[in-house]
Amino acid sequence: MAQASGRKRDLTAVAIVGAGPAGIAAAATLVAHGVRPVLIDEAEMPGGQVYRRPPDEIGHDMARLLGSEVAGFRRFHDSANRVVQSVDYRPSTLAWGVQDGALWTATPAGKAERLKFGALILATGATDRVLPAKGWTLPGVFALGGSQAILKGQGCLIGRRVAFCGSSPLLYLAALQHRRMGAEVVAVLDTTPFAAKVAALPNLTAAPGVLLRGLGLMARLRRWGIRIEHGVRLVEFVDDGHGGGVSAIRYRDAAGHPGEVACDAAALGYGLRPESQLAELAGCEFRYDPLFRQWFPVMDAGQRGAPGVYLAGDSSTIGGAEAAAVSGAIAAGSVLRDLGIRNVPDQTPLRRKLNRLLRFQAGLAQAFAWPSDVAGDIPDDVSVCRCEAVTAGELRAALSRPFGADELNRLKAQTRCGMGRCQGRYCELAAGEIAAAALGRDREAMGRLRGQAPVKPIPLSAATDGEA
Amino acid sequence: METETLIIGGGLMGAWTAFFLSGWGHPVTVLEKSRVGAQASGVNYGNLRIQGRHASEYPLSLRAQEVWERIESTLGTTCEVQATGHIYVAQTQEQMEKLERVTAEAGEFGHPVELRNRAETLRVWPWLAGEVIGTSHAPRDCTANPRLVTPAVARAAAAQGAVFLEGIEVTDVSAVGEGFEVVTCAGERLRARHLVNAAGAWANEIAAKFGERVPMFAAGPPQFVTEALPHFIGPSMQQVDGRVICRQVARGNVVVAGYPRGPSDTVGNRAPVPPHKTLDTMRRLARLVPALAGAHVIRVWSGIEGYVSDMLPVLGRSMTVPNLIHAFGFCGHGFQLSPGVGIVVSELIMDGATPTPIEAFGAGRFTEADWAGLTSHADEFDPDLKIV
Repeated sequence: MAQASGRKRDLTAVAIVGAGPAGIAAAATLVAHGVRPVLIDEAEMPGGQVYRRPPDEIGHDMARLLGSEVAGFRRFHDSANRVVQSVDYRPSTLAWGVQDGALWTATPAGKAERLKFGALILATGATDRVLPAKGWTLPGVFALGGSQAILKGQGCLIGRRVAFCGSSPLLYLAALQHRRMGAEVVAVLDTTPFAAKVAALPNLTAAPGVLLRGLGLMARLRRWGIRIEHGVRLVEFVDDGHGGGVSAIRYRDAAGHPGEVACDAAALGYGLRPESQLAELAGCEFRYDPLFRQWFPVMDAGQRGAPGVYLAGDSSTIGGAEAAAVSGAIAAGSVLRDLGIRNVPDQTPLRRKLNRLLRFQAGLAQAFAWPSDVAGDIPDDVSVCRCEAVTAGELRAALSRPFGADELNRLKAQTRCGMGRCQGRYCELAAGEIAAAALGRDREAMGRLRGQAPVKPIPLSAATDGEA
Repeated sequence: METETLIIGGGLMGAWTAFFLSGWGHPVTVLEKSRVGAQASGVNYGNLRIQGRHASEYPLSLRAQEVWERIESTLGTTCEVQATGHIYVAQTQEQMEKLERVTAEAGEFGHPVELRNRAETLRVWPWLAGEVIGTSHAPRDCTANPRLVTPAVARAAAAQGAVFLEGIEVTDVSAVGEGFEVVTCAGERLRARHLVNAAGAWANEIAAKFGERVPMFAAGPPQFVTEALPHFIGPSMQQVDGRVICRQVARGNVVVAGYPRGPSDTVGNRAPVPPHKTLDTMRRLARLVPALAGAHVIRVWSGIEGYVSDMLPVLGRSMTVPNLIHAFGFCGHGFQLSPGVGIVVSELIMDGATPTPIEAFGAGRFTEADWAGLTSHADEFDPDLKIV
C-alpha cells in the first residue's frame, strides 16, 4: 500500500464506522484511490458479525467451524489486515453520536472524542430481529446472532442439546456449525411454511450459488437425522423448574398438532434489523418497507443518505455479507466522486450486482418470513421489553385506554417499553406488531422509535478528565 | 360547535384547567395539535419543588402542592408522586448566601426548609463530593413521573365530561361578540364564551392574534437517565446554578437534567440534544456524585418548552380582550405549578376572580429591555469542556 500512501490526501476528511464487509470494502476502495480514511470499529478486530474471529490465542479451529466457507473467511481477513494498515484504524472505539459534521466516539480508554468529517460512511451492520414467545427470557434461550457471536468469537457452544427456532436461513447455517463443533442439534423449528419457500424461488434464483448452498445445507442436516419442521408455531420455551433455564420447546406443527422437543439451549431469530441510529442522527430520512415490515434509511443509487453521509451494508438494507461488500464499494465510489476525485470507475456493474443480490434477499424475506400475524396471539404475561420488564398485556392496556398510545414513541412513554439499556433494539419491532394487531391498524402507522445520542450506553466517566 | 370554554393546548395547564372546570360541571373543550402531554408536559424532569421559587410564585405553588399531596384520591392514580424531599447544593459562598435567602423566604410562606453546612451535609448525604459548601433541604418537596400525569388528568377530566380533541391544530382565532371563534386545521369552526391560551411554546401565535405577543423563546431542556443502580440518593437534588439536577427513581435509575438548555424545532416537533450538552452535565454530575462516575447513560431526551425573558410565567387575563386567559411560558418550572394553574384559571372563569395573587404574571408587564435581551442560550456550553 506504499503506492497508495504516497498519494494520500486529507487524513481525516472521510470517516467510516464499522469494519465488517461493508466498511472494509469501502476502506479498500478509498485506499485504492489514495484516500486514507479513519476507520472506527467497536470490535477489537475487523470482521463485523459475519466474519467475527476469535483471538488467536484461544486456538479456535475456524476451518472445522466454517467448513468450505473458511476460504471466504480467510480472504476477508487477509484483505482487511492489509486495508487497516493503510487507514487510520481505530478498533475498540464506539461511535455514539453524529452532529453538525462531527462524529462522537468513545476511545478504547472510554473517553469521549469528537471527530470532524467531510464525508461519513456508516457501515454499522445489523442485529437480531426477535419475536417474543412464552419463556423466551429464560436462561439458555439466545438470540440467533448472539449464539453465532459466542461460537465464532469465543469458540463456545450455547448448550449441548441445542434447538434452532424462528425463521431465517441462518438457523440452518448455525445448526450446521454447532453440530460441527460438537453440539447435538435437536431440531430446527422454522415458522415459515415450506410453500412460502417454493413461492420465493423466482427471487431466490437471482443468486443461484447461494440458493444451492442453502439447499445443500438443509439436505445435510436431514441426512444427519436432524428434525426440521416448517410452518411451526412456537408455543413456549419450557422452564426446567430447577433454575437451569430452558429444558424444552413446545410448538404446533404445520398441521396444528402439538410437538415438544427437549433441549438445554435454544437460539431464536427472525432475520435481521438494521443498526440505523447513527444514520438518523446524521439526518437521513426513513422509509417503511412492507416486505421486511421495517424502516430503512432512504438512499440514492450511490448509497447517499444525506449530504456528506453514505450508507453501506446491512445498516441500510438487509442484504447479507456479499451485498454489504458491494454496497461499501459503491458508497466509497460516491464519496470519491463527491470529493471531486477523477478516474473513479463507472459503478453501473456494481450497482447491477447489488440489485441482483438484493432481489435474492427479497426472496429470503419471503422464504423466511417475519410471522407478524402471530404478534396478536402473544400471551399477555409474556415480557416484550426485557430491559424494563414490560409485558404484552401492559402494552395492550396502554393501547386501549383513553389518551393511551397510538404509535411506538407514545407507547414507550407510557409503558417504558424500549426505554432500557438496549434502547428498543430487541423490543421495537415486536412492540410495533403487537400495537398494530391490538389497534387493527397498519404496521407502518405505528412508526419507529426516535433516536438520540448516545446510541449505545456510555459511562459518565466518558466526559471526565483522568482515568475511566 | 359551541361550548362555554375552549382551551388551546392539551398540556398540563390545559388538562388541569379542563379537570377543574369539568368537575364543576362547566362545559369545556380542549384542542390539542398532537397528543395530550406530548411536549414539555410529558418529558420534563418531574420536580415538584417549592423551595427556591420566585416569591410571587409561592402562593400558587403551595396551592398546587395540596393537589399533588392528594393526587391518588383526586385522579385515582399516584403518577409515581414520591415524597423525596429536595436539596439545593451550594458550591460557592455566594450560592450559600442565596440559600440562606431561599430558606428565609420559604419560611415566610410557611414552607419549612433546613440549612446545613458542609459537615452536616456530608453526614446526611455522604455521597456528595467536590466543592460542596452547604445545602438547603425542603422535606415537603416531591417528585412525580411526568409521562403519566397529563394522560391521567385528561382521563379524569374526560370522565367528568370535558371534551379533548387531539390532532386538531388551531389555524385561526378571533374575538366574536362577547366570545371567540376558533378555526381548526379541519376547517371546523368552534365558538365559546371563554378562551384559554395554554399552548406552551406555541402560545405566542395565539397571543399575537390579540396583540399580546410576549418575549418568549422555545428551547429544549437536555435530560438523560442512567442504568438502574442500587438505591442511595434519597432526595431530588440540584446545584444552585442549575447545571446539575438529579434524582434516583424507585427502580434505581438516576434521572438527570441540566442547564444550559438546548435547541428545539417547534415546526418539526423535535428537540435533538447536542452531545456536548449531555457530556457537560455528565461531567458535572460525576464531580458532584463520584459514585456515579461508572454509571452508564442509557437514554437522552428533551422536549419543547417556552421560556419568558424574566423566567416567570404568563398567567392571567388578557389586557386587550375580555374572557381570554393566558396560561403559558412556564420556563421549565411549570410541572409543579400546573394543578394550581388549573384551579386559578377555573376560578377566573367561574367566579371572575381568584384568591391567589397572580398580578406578577400579567402579559402586559414587559418592556423594550425584555425583548432586547432575549436569548435562548441554546448554543451555550461549558467553555472548559476539553473535548476536541
